[in-house]
Amino acid sequence: MIKSLKRQNHKLASPEGQINILSDTDAIEIPSFESKMKNIDLLPLKPTEIDIFQVNVGKMCNQVCAHCHVDAGPDRKEIMTRETMQLCLDAIKQTNVKTVDLTGGAPEMNPNFRWFVEELSALDKQIIVRCNLTIILANPKYNDLPEFFKKHRINVVSSLPYFTAKRTDAQRGDGVFDKSIKALQMLNAVGYGKEESELKLDLVYNPAGAFLPGDQDSLTAQFKKKLKEYDIVFNDLFTITNLPVSRFLEYLVKTEKYEDYMHELVNAFNPEAAKGVMCRNTLSVGWDGHLYDCDFNQMLELKVQAPNHISNFDIQKLENRDIVLNQHCYGCTAGAGSSCGGATT
Amino acid sequence: MKETYYNREDLKKFGEITEWQKKLGEKFFDYYGEVFQEGALTAREKSLIALAVSHAVQCPYCIDAYTSDLLKKGVDEEQMMEAVHVTAAIKGGAALVHGVQMMNQVNDKLM
Repeated sequence: MIKSLKRQNHKLASPEGQINILSDTDAIEIPSFESKMKNIDLLPLKPTEIDIFQVNVGKMCNQVCAHCHVDAGPDRKEIMTRETMQLCLDAIKQTNVKTVDLTGGAPEMNPNFRWFVEELSALDKQIIVRCNLTIILANPKYNDLPEFFKKHRINVVSSLPYFTAKRTDAQRGDGVFDKSIKALQMLNAVGYGKEESELKLDLVYNPAGAFLPGDQDSLTAQFKKKLKEYDIVFNDLFTITNLPVSRFLEYLVKTEKYEDYMHELVNAFNPEAAKGVMCRNTLSVGWDGHLYDCDFNQMLELKVQAPNHISNFDIQKLENRDIVLNQHCYGCTAGAGSSCGGATT
Repeated sequence: MKETYYNREDLKKFGEITEWQKKLGEKFFDYYGEVFQEGALTAREKSLIALAVSHAVQCPYCIDAYTSDLLKKGVDEEQMMEAVHVTAAIKGGAALVHGVQMMNQVNDKLM
C-alpha cells in the first residue's frame, strides 16, 4: 500500500511546505487570489450564514487516493475523540445549521462514528456521510453500513471519479472501481438512490488528472447511462475541482503541471462562483476540534479568524469573521465553481 | 531562434491574431464560439468531431485543445480513439477510393 506523504516525511506533508509553494505567485506569474476578490468587492470575504457544519472525524482511511487533500490513509492515526464529538453536538445545538456533513478519511473507521450519528439523528438535522464506498466491503463489521445509513436517513455522498476501472483505479487504487460498484449495488438494494425513495445517494466526480471538470448536468447524464449497465441508480452527481493541496499539489509539482494548472484555474476565475463559495455557509471542524473556513483550509491549518476551537464556540463571532483566503481558493472559483456539493453556479 | 516550428506555448496566443486584424479576428472568434455551443448537435458531439478533424488536418494545437476539452467533458479513451479511427477510415478510404481511378486508367490503357 502507498504511504501517506506524512509517513514519507515528504516536504509537502506540512502545511508550511504547501503554503510556501502556493504563496510564491511571482514564480508562476499569477495574481493573488485576494487581489482578484478585491476587484469584485468580495474582500474581506464574509460568511452569509452557517448552514453546513462539516466535521472531519479523522484522517484514517482504508484507501490512499492519489489526489487526496487530506493525505488520508491506513497509516494516519489522527481521529476525533468522543469528547470532541460531544463538544460538536453542544455547538450544533446553539446554531440553526441545517446540515451536518461527516467526512474523513473514512469517517466510518472512527470507533465513535455510529454513536455520533445516533446523537446527531436526535437533533433532527440532515446528515451527510462522505462514504468512500469500499469501506463497506473492507471488513465484515462494516457490511451493515447500508442498513445503518438507512436507519438514520443519511444522505450518502460517495466519490466515483469515473465510470471505468482504468481511471478510477489510477486515482483511488487498484480494485477500487469493482468494489465501489459492488458497494453501490448494496446501497441500491436497501433503497438508496431510487427516484421514489427518500434515501439519497449522490456521487462525486473529480477529474482524474490536471484538468477542470466539465458541465455537471452533462456528466450526470453520462454517469447515469453508464452505471445503468451495472444496474446502479443514484440521485445527483457533484462535480468537484481538484484543489492544489496535499497529494494533488504533490502530483502537480512532481509532473511539472503545477504552473499550467494554476494558470487554468486563474483564467477560469468566475465572479459568480466567487460569490457562492462554500466557505460562506460552511464551518469545518478538524479531528482535534479546531475550526476552519473549509476542509482545504483545515488541511493547510489556516484556522478561522475567531475563537478557533470547538471548546470556545462562538456563533456570533464566527458569522462575522473574515474568511481566510490563499491561492488554493482559485480551485473553488474556477468555471462553474466547486464545493462539497458540486458546481455553485 | 525557436527550436521547433510548433511551440506548445503558442496555443495560448491564438487570440493574439486579432491584434493585427481586429475586425476579421473578432468575427472569426465570435463564429468559432457560436459553432461549439449546444445546438442540433451537443457540445460533446461537436468536440468529438473537432478531435477527428484535428487529426485529419494534423494540427497539434487542435489535438491538444480538443483532447483536453473532451477529458473535461467526461469522454473516455475508447470514444476518443474511435473518433480518430473515423479520421483514419476516411483518410484511408479517400486514398483507396482513388484506386478506382487507377483501375480505370489501367483498363483504358491496356488492350
